[in-house]
Amino acid sequence: MNRNMTLAAVVAVGLVLCIAPGLFAQDSSDMCIECHRALDSEPLSRQVEQFEVDIHAAAGFGCVDCHGGDASIAGPGGMDPALGFLGAPGGEEIIAVCGRCHSDAEFMRQFNPSLRVDQEAEYWTSRHGQRLAAAGDTAVATCADCHAPHGIRPASDPKSTVYPPNVASTCGRCHDDSARMGTYDIPVDQNEKYARSVHHEALVEGGDISAPTCNDCHGNHGAAPPGISWVGNVCGQCHAVMADQYEQSRHAQTFVEMGMPGCATCHSNHEILEAGDSLLGLGDGAVCAACHTEGDPGGSAAMAMRAGIDSLTVEIDEATAVLHEAEQAGMEVSAAQADMKDSNSALVMGRAAMHSFSPDAVTEALAPGREIAGASLEKGQSALQDLRVRRMGLIASVAIILVLILALVLKIRQIGSGPADSPGRA
Amino acid sequence: MENHESRLSAIWNWLDQRIGLAPAISLARKKEVPVHKHSIWYYMGGMTLFLYLVQIGTGILLLIYYRPSAEEAYESVQFLMTDVKFGWLVRSIHHWAANLMIFMAFVHLVSVLFMKAYRPPRELTWFSGVILLALALAFGFTGYLLPWNELAFFATRVGTEIVGVFPFVGDFALKIARGGTDVTGATLTRFYGVHVAILPAIGFFFLGLHLLLVQKLGMSVPPSIENSGSPKRAMKFVPDFFLRDAIGWLVAVALLVTLAAFLPAHLGVKADPFAAAPAGIKPEWYFMFMFHQLKLLPAHILGIEGELVGVMAFALGGVFLFLVPFLDRNAARGKPSPLFTWIGIAILAYILIMTWLGYTADPMG
Repeated sequence: MNRNMTLAAVVAVGLVLCIAPGLFAQDSSDMCIECHRALDSEPLSRQVEQFEVDIHAAAGFGCVDCHGGDASIAGPGGMDPALGFLGAPGGEEIIAVCGRCHSDAEFMRQFNPSLRVDQEAEYWTSRHGQRLAAAGDTAVATCADCHAPHGIRPASDPKSTVYPPNVASTCGRCHDDSARMGTYDIPVDQNEKYARSVHHEALVEGGDISAPTCNDCHGNHGAAPPGISWVGNVCGQCHAVMADQYEQSRHAQTFVEMGMPGCATCHSNHEILEAGDSLLGLGDGAVCAACHTEGDPGGSAAMAMRAGIDSLTVEIDEATAVLHEAEQAGMEVSAAQADMKDSNSALVMGRAAMHSFSPDAVTEALAPGREIAGASLEKGQSALQDLRVRRMGLIASVAIILVLILALVLKIRQIGSGPADSPGRA
Repeated sequence: MENHESRLSAIWNWLDQRIGLAPAISLARKKEVPVHKHSIWYYMGGMTLFLYLVQIGTGILLLIYYRPSAEEAYESVQFLMTDVKFGWLVRSIHHWAANLMIFMAFVHLVSVLFMKAYRPPRELTWFSGVILLALALAFGFTGYLLPWNELAFFATRVGTEIVGVFPFVGDFALKIARGGTDVTGATLTRFYGVHVAILPAIGFFFLGLHLLLVQKLGMSVPPSIENSGSPKRAMKFVPDFFLRDAIGWLVAVALLVTLAAFLPAHLGVKADPFAAAPAGIKPEWYFMFMFHQLKLLPAHILGIEGELVGVMAFALGGVFLFLVPFLDRNAARGKPSPLFTWIGIAILAYILIMTWLGYTADPMG
């Protein structure tokens, strides 16, 4: 009996071991993938390949989590609307499908606790969302237009469509298209202008992925970045000192009254070039000259601020050149050279202070730099003077040494004991 | 005048009665230097000694301002170079005299090697001389770090790494050399102690021995001169040789002040242990041949780490050089020993070529 029971147990275990892998395979197989992979239709089969690298696939999600239906049923039977099959969702449906998980903080916490869950709510505040909701315009961008459906990668992945250096081309897929934008009366040169900007240079050529691209000013899901009421205020997110100075200046109010776009009035919006000192004042390339003339107080203030900045620039250049000359001559001037960094910092602060449009504030910000540059110039000149004194001292020392050598030679001759004429002194 | 002379004479007698000046004067008067076509090389030792005295003088002056800690060393040297009257001159002379002293010590050793002056009974003079050269190199290595600038910091890191290649004791020796696992303020403090106290103490002992032996045994005459049967000539050490020596020393002083005025010792950037090593780290010129040779060695030689093989070879080279008086049996018997002349020429050529390659080879190569 015991023997029979043992045999039965072995057979039962054997059967379980043989059948279990089959059962497991049955459970884990996704018929959507099986069938779509075999399809001749290239877009439908390509989605399967794309999904292999999708962040959702990596997290264990499958086709039915977005599209509905039943993945265990092969063929069209699994795509029965009665089973919740949505097909390819479009328009508001996409927002709802993505938002089902991405707006659920409890659910998202399991996968990425730091990911925001307000994308859907933000989206409805954006121009894209507003047109979709109000006008039922399905040509506007939804989640899938920016996030490459079936091949979604995290924004930190350089292959992602929303990786910072790729964002401009992702937006440009629609915004560079004049036929598409023509219906909205939106220009299509933003990307071209952005490509010439200092921000593009920092992001793409400099590799600084914190440099701004489209979404940093325009918001990625919402109409503007979180906490920013108007796109014109967005510059202050990074350029905080300048924005603060500007906010307290009379221009802030005046520009609003005149309907001028804050920072962009002087710096442009997409084509933001490197802001040089030439923007300030009334000369060539000066933006102040667009509204001010030499006779008005604004024009005088602009010229005074420019003169202060130019003076310190010249003083820094002069001190740097003298210190460099002294250093090249071997003089120790590294302390003065280190001080010059503070002088350069003061110049930067002076340039920032001009956003207050107050000559007094600029003069005050530049003052420490002028003091340091002056002291450093003196140290450099003193080092060069010291060098001349050293050379004179050297000539005098060598002359004295030569006299001593001459005296020794004469002494040697006087005692007449040179080796040549003193044989056998031993 | 007469009164003045009698006063000096009284002082002289007073001292003579107490410390015995007369024998010393008599010895100095008796000392002679052989005169022949190679006599010029007799001045090299005196020149090295003079430069060593310059180092002691300028070193003591530097001590007044130098502060041996990672936080203050660089700043104290910077202060010395910019704000202390003639601080630049003292440091620059210390820098250049160090280089000239090591150069003259090399020249002195090579001249002694080629003139076979290590023959009996001068073996101990040779031993103490080789030890003094090693001490001069140690002075150079420890002194290089003291300004605590970037170049010195990384060169010392590379230099001390060599200690760590020895099996079994390497790690321990490295920690002893650095005062920890890496070059830090602790390394600076111990290098300072070694540079200003330990090396001078050892140096004075061997220098005293070396000079005593030179005094006792007199100058060696090269075998070629000895065997040529030419008439032996000599000059008095005092004043004849001494006055000529003094001319050489004055020329050295002129050279030192000229170098100090035109090429003052650089300070560079303060060492930052967390910064990346700058490109083209090079040791002082007198270590360049070893540094470049170690760079050229393959990673492994016969299954042993290449660097270890190189370091061991240099150590054996040092031992060989030290033992030359015992190894050169022909010279000891007064016979010609061309083999050792050729070995000397080969070593000299090797050092010169490796040094030259070290300065000209592509740093990325």
